Amino acid sequence: MIILVADTDNIYLTFCSQQKVFRNYDPALRTQEKAVEYTRALNAAKLEKIFAKPFIGAMDGHIDAISCMAKNPNYLKAIFSGSMDGDIRLWDIAARKTVCQFPGHQGAVRGLATSTDGDLLVSCGVDCTVRMWKVPMLKMVDTNDAIGDASQPSAIYTWKHAFWGVDHQWDGNLFATVGAQVDVWDQNRSEPVSSFEWGKDTVLSVRFNPGEPDVLITSASDRSITLYDLRMSSPARKLIMKTRCNSICWNPREPMNFTAANEDTNCYSFDARKLDEARVVHKGHVSAVMDIDYSPTGREFVTGSYDRTIRIFQYNGDHSREIYHTKRMQRVFCVKYTYDGTYLVSGSDDTNLRLWKSKASEQLGVLLPRERRKQEYLDAVKERYKHLPEVKRIVRHRHLPKPIYKAANLRRTIIEAENRKEERRRAHRAPGSMPEQPFRKRRIIKEIE
Amino acid sequence: MPGAKSATDQKAMELGEKEAMDEMEKKVQKYSRGQAANLGALRDKKLKGQLAAREKLYGHSAKAAAQAEKWFMPTERGYLEPEGLEKTYRFQQDSIVQEVDILSSRKAFDMILPLLGPYTIGYTKNGRYMLVGGRKGHLAMMDMLNMELIKEFQVRETVRDVAFLHNEQLFAVAQKKYAYIYDRDGKEIHCIKEHGKSLKLQFLEKHFLLASINSFGQLHYQDISTGEMVANIRTGLGRTDVMRVNPYNAVIGLGHAGGKVTMWKPTCVKPLVTMLCHHGPVTAIAFDRSGHLMATAGVDRKIKLWDLRKYEVINSYAARAESLDFSQKGLLACSNGSQLEIFRDTGGQDYKIYMKHRMVKGYQVGTVLFRPYEDILGIGHSMGLSSILVPGSGEPNFDTFVENPIETSKQRREKEVQSLLSKLQPETIMLNPNMIATVRPSRKKEKKTKKEIEDEVEDVVEAAKNTEMKKKTKGRSKASKRAKKREEEVLKAKRQLMEQYKESDGRPEKKQRVSDEVELPKALQRFAKSRQ
Repeated sequence: MIILVADTDNIYLTFCSQQKVFRNYDPALRTQEKAVEYTRALNAAKLEKIFAKPFIGAMDGHIDAISCMAKNPNYLKAIFSGSMDGDIRLWDIAARKTVCQFPGHQGAVRGLATSTDGDLLVSCGVDCTVRMWKVPMLKMVDTNDAIGDASQPSAIYTWKHAFWGVDHQWDGNLFATVGAQVDVWDQNRSEPVSSFEWGKDTVLSVRFNPGEPDVLITSASDRSITLYDLRMSSPARKLIMKTRCNSICWNPREPMNFTAANEDTNCYSFDARKLDEARVVHKGHVSAVMDIDYSPTGREFVTGSYDRTIRIFQYNGDHSREIYHTKRMQRVFCVKYTYDGTYLVSGSDDTNLRLWKSKASEQLGVLLPRERRKQEYLDAVKERYKHLPEVKRIVRHRHLPKPIYKAANLRRTIIEAENRKEERRRAHRAPGSMPEQPFRKRRIIKEIE
Repeated sequence: MPGAKSATDQKAMELGEKEAMDEMEKKVQKYSRGQAANLGALRDKKLKGQLAAREKLYGHSAKAAAQAEKWFMPTERGYLEPEGLEKTYRFQQDSIVQEVDILSSRKAFDMILPLLGPYTIGYTKNGRYMLVGGRKGHLAMMDMLNMELIKEFQVRETVRDVAFLHNEQLFAVAQKKYAYIYDRDGKEIHCIKEHGKSLKLQFLEKHFLLASINSFGQLHYQDISTGEMVANIRTGLGRTDVMRVNPYNAVIGLGHAGGKVTMWKPTCVKPLVTMLCHHGPVTAIAFDRSGHLMATAGVDRKIKLWDLRKYEVINSYAARAESLDFSQKGLLACSNGSQLEIFRDTGGQDYKIYMKHRMVKGYQVGTVLFRPYEDILGIGHSMGLSSILVPGSGEPNFDTFVENPIETSKQRREKEVQSLLSKLQPETIMLNPNMIATVRPSRKKEKKTKKEIEDEVEDVVEAAKNTEMKKKTKGRSKASKRAKKREEEVLKAKRQLMEQYKESDGRPEKKQRVSDEVELPKALQRFAKSRQ
């Protein structure tokens, strides 16, 4: 006969100070796996809610509402903000203090933009001027040196009409300002290089495409979105909607897609090549959406709205993933994602800039590999069981301020009533005489070449 | 010539490769945890894409686990292989012990404790510690790795059963009147009066529930982390001391005096399953680790193997058993008086006898328990305890994060905290534990299409028309009367069907409205609503 008894003693005898880990992935050793995973998902959802503290701090210093912000691509912890009284400040986000002030504008500052190399700041305002500033090197900020030194603009260009927005090209020397018409400037010239006009209405915002340096998109107060190509001498395409768009942002990872923040509380994502239908309609806000910015990953974007809240949406999600609000934060006029995708900065009516975390329960700082793996596991297991009612209830739960909650309920009843009426009208007509229009198309009036 | 390979060689190589591939496939199947989802029926493209990506990941992880099993397992399973005409059950323990290495041979021992009654034994889940309880009150805990006695004490009361709780720090003892919980040092921590005169104790370690059956046939579940009594179920089937927990789904199986086996969960007052297993009282019950097999033994001299998916007998052996146990690798041990038999699965649920053992001097065996992660069977008998070598019974490779026989105190503390954090609620105990997170099938009955309804009506009408009419005599069977009767039959059949469909449709019959015309004065009657 041949006998072998399982020889486990040679493992036992190696009693060294660091225990060796043995793995056996046999499913028979692990009973009731799904129940264990479900329990862990439930606990993880609860813990996530416990650790959800998104608000980091407020930066105050401005004495009037903040109208625009700009990020600096070279320095992660710098942000520029311009207010309604003409005061432009450079902030150090880590210390939450002003580094530098740029006084000069006589009225509201309507647009701020930094050049691609981060050296130049362009600002424009209602006093019909465009000012160019040199950005100082950000040193370690001394806490005593609170206000910082003021700078002189390197150039001031005066033009014929008030400006409503400015944006700098991603890969070149040109920048565009909008107001009564769209003007394209060169950094060194004191007059616009070219001007575009389509219709007689004010153009409200402008954005250059991150992928194609010569393409830009503007939104105007005649409820239109216009695409321009600088290589052509006339505007390329125009899309008219039912309500006007306050702000537009291109997706940095998919430069053919852009999302427009509309006055009718929705955000519409479009493919710039096919403007007759929106790709996704992002619903959630209860009042006009004022500003929108994409995360550098291109997977989510943040919107700030007139209803005093900030919402974070997935790039293809129709409802918001997250909503941030504070009692002290009034109408949000501008929001920005920082260039590392971890923080959001919001500028609002109450003269403060607020710093938020993009993932509310994230642990900031350097994580040990074990911590990171545990966090990834918990995220994965929550994702797997998020459809179960217990887990879903906890993951979905957000505290909303009462006015927002009530307004949202009211909107829901109104929309449901409208839908019901639509259905009944359709049911009482000849079949096919009232075609169903997808919501993505409903708010678009027409597209013009 | 070295370069040229003959056709047969190549064929052999290909066959070898194919075999290896098949084996790999089987291994991957084992780690796959079920079939891949059928994504062809989905119409939502986004969801389909997401699910396809996920299925691919599962495939990769199953393959990686299969490869890890092939290359990284440190130990092989033990075996006892006969040569030529030898039979495995002819080999005695002495000959086996002589052949194996010295460390394994030390694991087989006999401890004679003549004074303090038949002994019951219990092992911790990692097989390292053994708890021994003599009927006359002798309790002892031993570390089997170092073969040393940790604590030994006398409770001076009848001890009916012992069970470890989640680790070796706490254990529960079913004593004369109540159940007690002791510390590792022999200190009495709790005296649990609610359980009453418990006869058997079982611990569900993922739920931290201590289950006991008492002399009135009451099943108690107590959560020992919070101390709360989760359930107190009156089985209604009398006194029984045959209780086992099914490790696959944490369901308690009880064997009763009428030959019934019932399965219980704490949230349900009635048993989940009641099976009539034997023609007399059930004497022993055991569950296989995989959850498919149950072995029961009764006074009718039969040991039956049940398939727990279909609740049918797979095999039945003529043998007596006072105690049964399944090992981690599927060996079945049954004890009968002083005789012990171990059966092994020879493919296709066909259990054949593998080893036999007879207790010296006719000591009567009380409990048999396989030691986890070792090829050892522990026996508690009337004169003490012994331990015999059974090659191939234990799982040779343990997982440090599941059960670790060589855990340090730090690892033990960490494991305790982690298992408390992911403690399962008693509601998660169910017959099929994989049903969690699945979608309940919709209760809606499929509505029959119009055509189907019409066809059915036609069939019924045909059947009614063709019924045989009784021919009446004495001039009562006129043609007209017969025709009328036939029509009435058809109408009756039709009406029944229509009522059925109307009921399911949910449209109640409109009630007859009482006419208002009589109430209105004559001058206004022309303004009354005209009704059809």
